[in-house]
Amino acid sequence: MAHTDKSNWELIKNGMFSENTIFRMAISLCPSIAVTNSLKNGFSMGIAVIFVQTMVNLTVSLIRNFINPKIRIPIFMLIIAGYVSIIDMSMAAWARPIYKQIGLYIQLIVAFASIFARAEVFAVKNRIIPSVADGLGMGIGFFLAMIVISFFRELLGKGSLWGIPIVSGNPLLIMILPAGGFFAVGILMGFFNWMDARIAARKAAEAETAAGVGIERA
Amino acid sequence: MDFNKLFQLVIAASLINNFVFTRFLGLCIFFGVSKKMETAVGMSITFTAVMVISAALSWVVFKYVMVPLDITFLKIIVFIGIIAAFVQSADTIMKKVSPSLYYKLGIYLALITTNCIILAVPLINSGEGYSFLESMSFGLGSGLGFALALVIMASIREKLELADIPAPFRGLPISFIVAGLLALAFTGFSGLITL
Repeated sequence: MAHTDKSNWELIKNGMFSENTIFRMAISLCPSIAVTNSLKNGFSMGIAVIFVQTMVNLTVSLIRNFINPKIRIPIFMLIIAGYVSIIDMSMAAWARPIYKQIGLYIQLIVAFASIFARAEVFAVKNRIIPSVADGLGMGIGFFLAMIVISFFRELLGKGSLWGIPIVSGNPLLIMILPAGGFFAVGILMGFFNWMDARIAARKAAEAETAAGVGIERA
Repeated sequence: MDFNKLFQLVIAASLINNFVFTRFLGLCIFFGVSKKMETAVGMSITFTAVMVISAALSWVVFKYVMVPLDITFLKIIVFIGIIAAFVQSADTIMKKVSPSLYYKLGIYLALITTNCIILAVPLINSGEGYSFLESMSFGLGSGLGFALALVIMASIREKLELADIPAPFRGLPISFIVAGLLALAFTGFSGLITL
């Protein structure tokens, strides 16, 4: 069994940044646009995903020695669907107004590639604590992406945050329209790519100066 | 039977509430397979067929098994089970009956099982309380809408390959922005029919 040798904090950070579900892996994109028209919706969706991701990793890791590899896919699906039903019913009971807007997308967490992938790639091979850390990291990474996108969309589209007006004047209505979601994600993705390129270039330059002048420029 | 209503459902599901541009479902597939026209067409055909049939199957199970037994709270688990079982059997049957068709469309079938857009159709159908024919029309409309979006996107992206795009925006980011422009165009359909 291939245990990971990373520390728990490294696992959490990995999920948050270097393997961020939305901006890096570009999977589970549907809710990134569908529910990010207000900060409140984005926040709720993020919390739901953190819960499901962590609990699925925990459960899969707990029973990993009993799962027959041949039928692991249906088993994972059942586990995921179970937790999604829990969060779906809890939200329907306690957060009625939000559920009315994003209920469909909560139910569709079941089809998230990212949750399935972490069970398959990580939790089934690792002990409980690292699996929980990994799930938590992935969940938080998704949560942060939701917050960033919905922050910009609500601020620009409605001039408010969490329903509280911040900016007066005419907001850019396009940002809360469906089209605005695509624009926001596209521009943010481009921005993160640009930052990455900058950081990589700076690191390369530092390595070059550190190694002296003898290195040929590529 | 009200054919008018059925036709309206197809139009509404494909153009006004287009799955990709106004409901934002199936985006992974939408961005994943829209690089080439050929794959986009194959995917669209498979998707539409699976959607209509899974809408019909899950309607029957929902109406005649889950409602009488009062287990509608299990619908997420049951629907995903139905779809997975159906896709798996379609895969096996196609391999046996028509290997040439399987060779063309088989790989798409495997991708479909855990796709949100397929699962969304039965979920919306049961939520809205559609009848059997309405459910199937909704499935058909959604499939056609997805196919339309995929084909439009694939043809744009084939041209986009040759365009001079700033480096950080190459690949996915520019596709998102193109999708945004298309979504803007699709908002023009809103109000075409009021259901």
